Amino acid sequence: MALEIIESCVNCYACEPLCPNEAIYQAAPHFLIDPVKCTECIGDFEVAQCASICPIEGAILDELGAELNPPGSLTGISLEMLAKYQAAVEATYQAALEAKSA
Amino acid sequence: MELPVLNAGQQEASQGGCASHSCGSTDDQLSHLPEHIRAKVHNHPCYSEQAHHYFARMHVAVAPACNIQCHYCNRKYDCSNESRPGVVSEVLTPEQAVKKVMAVAANIPQMTVLGIAGPGDPLANPERTFATFRELSERAPDIKLCVSTNGLALPESVEELSKHNIDHVTITINCVDPDVGAKIYPWIFWKNKRIMGREGAAILIEQQQKGLAMLAERGILVKVNSVMIPGVNDEHLAEVSRVVKSKGAFLHNVMPLIAEPEHGTFYGLMGQPGPTHEELQKLQDACSGDMNMMRHCRQCRADAVGMLGEDRGQEFTMDKIEDMEIDYEAAMVKRAEVHAQIARELEIKDQARAAKTELVAIQGLKTDQPATRPVLMAVATKGGGVINEHFGHASEFLIYEASGSGVRFIGHRKTVPYCEGGDTCGDGESALDKTLRELAGCEVVLCSKVGYEPWGPLEAAGIQPNGEHAMEAIEDAVLAVYEEMRVAGKLEARPVVQQKAA
Ligand code: SF4
Ligand code: SF4
Repeated sequence: MALEIIESCVNCYACEPLCPNEAIYQAAPHFLIDPVKCTECIGDFEVAQCASICPIEGAILDELGAELNPPGSLTGISLEMLAKYQAAVEATYQAALEAKSA
Repeated sequence: MELPVLNAGQQEASQGGCASHSCGSTDDQLSHLPEHIRAKVHNHPCYSEQAHHYFARMHVAVAPACNIQCHYCNRKYDCSNESRPGVVSEVLTPEQAVKKVMAVAANIPQMTVLGIAGPGDPLANPERTFATFRELSERAPDIKLCVSTNGLALPESVEELSKHNIDHVTITINCVDPDVGAKIYPWIFWKNKRIMGREGAAILIEQQQKGLAMLAERGILVKVNSVMIPGVNDEHLAEVSRVVKSKGAFLHNVMPLIAEPEHGTFYGLMGQPGPTHEELQKLQDACSGDMNMMRHCRQCRADAVGMLGEDRGQEFTMDKIEDMEIDYEAAMVKRAEVHAQIARELEIKDQARAAKTELVAIQGLKTDQPATRPVLMAVATKGGGVINEHFGHASEFLIYEASGSGVRFIGHRKTVPYCEGGDTCGDGESALDKTLRELAGCEVVLCSKVGYEPWGPLEAAGIQPNGEHAMEAIEDAVLAVYEEMRVAGKLEARPVVQQKAA
C-alpha cells in the first residue's frame, strides 16, 4: 500500500516536508516515494498529504496506478484545452526553429 | 555604473508650461509618506521611482513549493505573480543562495536589496527562506531583506519575520471578496487539506488581511501587489486599494495580467485578455487617489539580478560563482562608498528640484497661457535617470506624461530590441512593429540615438523620434520637449494623426 510519484513531477518540494513518514525523497530526475515507508497517511491524516498539495495533475498515482488528481481536477483546464496548449507550445517551438535557421 | 550627469545648471531653463508645485518631479509618489517610511524606502529600487534608476536588487530562488493555485500560473514554471510567465529559475539551497548574494553584492556595489519571491511562495518554504535570511543578516548586514507572499501562511510567519529584521513584505492581494476570489484561485492547501473554490478563497483572503494587519502593527512595511484581470477583478481593485490602505499597507502596485496560450495557464488557454496599457493606467490613476502606486515595477523573475529592468543573472550562475575570488570585507566598504556617492547625487538632484519648484512659485502660475493637453513620451535609458540608450538597443521604454502640471512617470513597456547589433541591421522588421505597437499612445520617443531606418515608421505612427537630449536628465528633457511642442502650437488640441500599430 503506497503511492507513487511519476515523471510529470516538477520537483517543487511541496510534498516532501508534509509526509508523516519521511517516505518522500529528492531524486533525479524527480522526487520519489519509498513504498516501504508510505502508509498513504492512514492513521495520521484524513487524506494523503502529498496528493493534497501536489499542483501537478497526474503526478501522483495510487497503489492501482490511478491518477489521484486527474486532468482538470486542479487547474480547471480540460483535456481539450490541454491539446490547445500543446499546439501552442509546438507552434512557438517551430517559430523559434525557423527564426534560427533563417 | 556610470553616474548621472546632473543638470543643476539647467534649472533656469524655460518652464513655461508648468503650473504646479509638483513641477518636474516624478517622485512625489513618496513625498507624502511619513518620514520614517520614506527613510526606509528611499534607496529601495522597487519602492522608490527615483531610486530604481540608481540602485540594484536581486532575488534568490530558494522557495520552490507553493500552497495555493492561481489561474494565471502554470506550476511547471515560476510563480507568475513574482516572475514573468514561462520562466524557470534554478532552485538554490540556502547555502548556495547566500554564496550567490555575497558574490553579487561584491560585484555590483549598487546592490541594496535581496528579495525572496519564489519560484513558489517563500512562506510555504519557511525553513529554506528563513535559513537564507538568518545567514544574510549576519554576513551582509547592510543589505535590506524583503519577501513576497500570497499571504496564506503569513500570520504564522510574522513572529519569525520580525526577528530577522525584514522590514519589507509584499503581499499579493487580488481581491477582498471570496466570490471574486473563486474566479482566481481554484484551490488552496490549508490545515492538511486541499480546499477548492470559494471556500478556499475565503480562507486565503482572511489570512492575507490578518497578516497585513499584524505586520503593520509591528511596524513592518507592507506593499500590496494586485494582478489586474479584466472582467474578473478590475472593478474590484479600487475597493482592494481602500481596504489594504486602511489596514496599513503603504503602497499598492497594480500589475497587468500576462496570459498567453503557450504559458499553459487557465487564463491563457481560456483566452482571458490582459489589460491594455490604457486600461492599466486608468485603473492605476483611479487607485492612486487612494494611495501610492508603483508604476515602475517590472515583474522581475524569481532569480533576477541587477538594476530594475535588467537581468544579469547569467553572470552569476553557481559554477561561475565557485570560481570567483571575493574579499567580503572590502566589498562591504566599497558598497558603503558607492551608496553614499549615490545618496549625494540624489540630494543634489532634490535640491535642484526644490529650487525649480520655488522658481515656478515665484514666477506665478502663468495663467495667461492657454491650458495644454497632456502628452505621453517614451524614454530609452540604461539607468542613472538620464537618456542614455539607443532606440534600437532598448528592450524597454519608460513612459512619462508631460502636462501643464509637470512630468510624471507612468510606467514601462517592454519590447524586443529593434536591433541588437547596430543601428541599421537588416531584419529587425517585426521587432520594430512590436515596438511601434508597445509605444502606441506616445507622441515622442527620446533616446540617445535613433537610426535612419526606424525614423520613418516612427513618424508615420505619430511618434516623433528625438535624439537631441542624449545624456540629459529624463524629466528635464521631457519638459523641454513639451515646452517646444507648446511653443510650436501642438498642445492645444488632440493630435490629428491617431497612432496605430503599423
Ligand atoms: S501518501 Fe502520505 S505517507 Fe505516503 S508518501 Fe504521501 S505523504 Fe507520505
Ligand atoms: S508536490 Fe508533486 S510536483 Fe511537487 S515535488 Fe511533490 S510530486 Fe513533485
